[in-house]
Amino acid sequence: MEILLALVVAAMLVSGGIFTFLAAVGVVRLPDVYTRMHAASKAGTVGSGLMLIAAGLYAGEFATLARAFAGFVFFILTAPVAAHLVAKAAHQAGYRLSRRTVCDEMRLPPKK
Amino acid sequence: MTVLMFTAVVFSIVWAAITGSLSPLNLVLGFLLGLLSLWFIRRDFRGSRTAFRPLRLLSLAVLFVKELALSAWRVAVLVARPRMDLKPGILAFPLTVDRDIEITLLANLITLTPGTLSVDVSEDRRFLYVHALDCSDPVGTKRDIAAGFERKILEALR
Repeated sequence: MEILLALVVAAMLVSGGIFTFLAAVGVVRLPDVYTRMHAASKAGTVGSGLMLIAAGLYAGEFATLARAFAGFVFFILTAPVAAHLVAKAAHQAGYRLSRRTVCDEMRLPPKK
Repeated sequence: MTVLMFTAVVFSIVWAAITGSLSPLNLVLGFLLGLLSLWFIRRDFRGSRTAFRPLRLLSLAVLFVKELALSAWRVAVLVARPRMDLKPGILAFPLTVDRDIEITLLANLITLTPGTLSVDVSEDRRFLYVHALDCSDPVGTKRDIAAGFERKILEALR
């Protein structure tokens, strides 16, 4: 049983680390601020969530697990708001979409 | 009033989870703190009558967790490829939902699901601007959002 728990915790830690790493790679590789927010908000949330829950499971007591879970929930609540605000601010500041963009329905007022 | 009380109870459970103690005194403290924080935002409560369907909300939460896992996986795979296959763009999604809580919920859910990110809501609240990583099929993407999250939100909150 202990080995099983250790394996689950290890798997979650490693996969969480990989997700977080790929989120960072995405922030570097993607062409503009909007696409970068995709990597930062999604892969980042899941990565840190996995590691938080793994830490909670490893502690083996309810109080720590509950706190880790609450941390994950707050991540889910705040990450999209942050990503949305960064994207909105960038758009209002006139930051252009990358040249690979195929459509932009925000520039022109959409038809009725 | 009942909604307010229910929210305060949820807050007190959250408080107990964060402080890591389920003692009655701590729960009461959490409840009082919850009421206090609700009192701070009391103006936003006026005039909002929200139906409450726990099962539908649960089904929305399950859908959300599934989509979140899928979206993190897709972004990770996309970024790890040597040649990134990107067709990004911004869509104007016509909103059916019209209340603050529904628009907020939809915008947040969209941000954490595969390939989409909310950028802004139009002034007249008729469109939600969504940035998509794969914008090759705008009509299909909009249809997916309308048939997925938006329908679920309408089911859960109306």
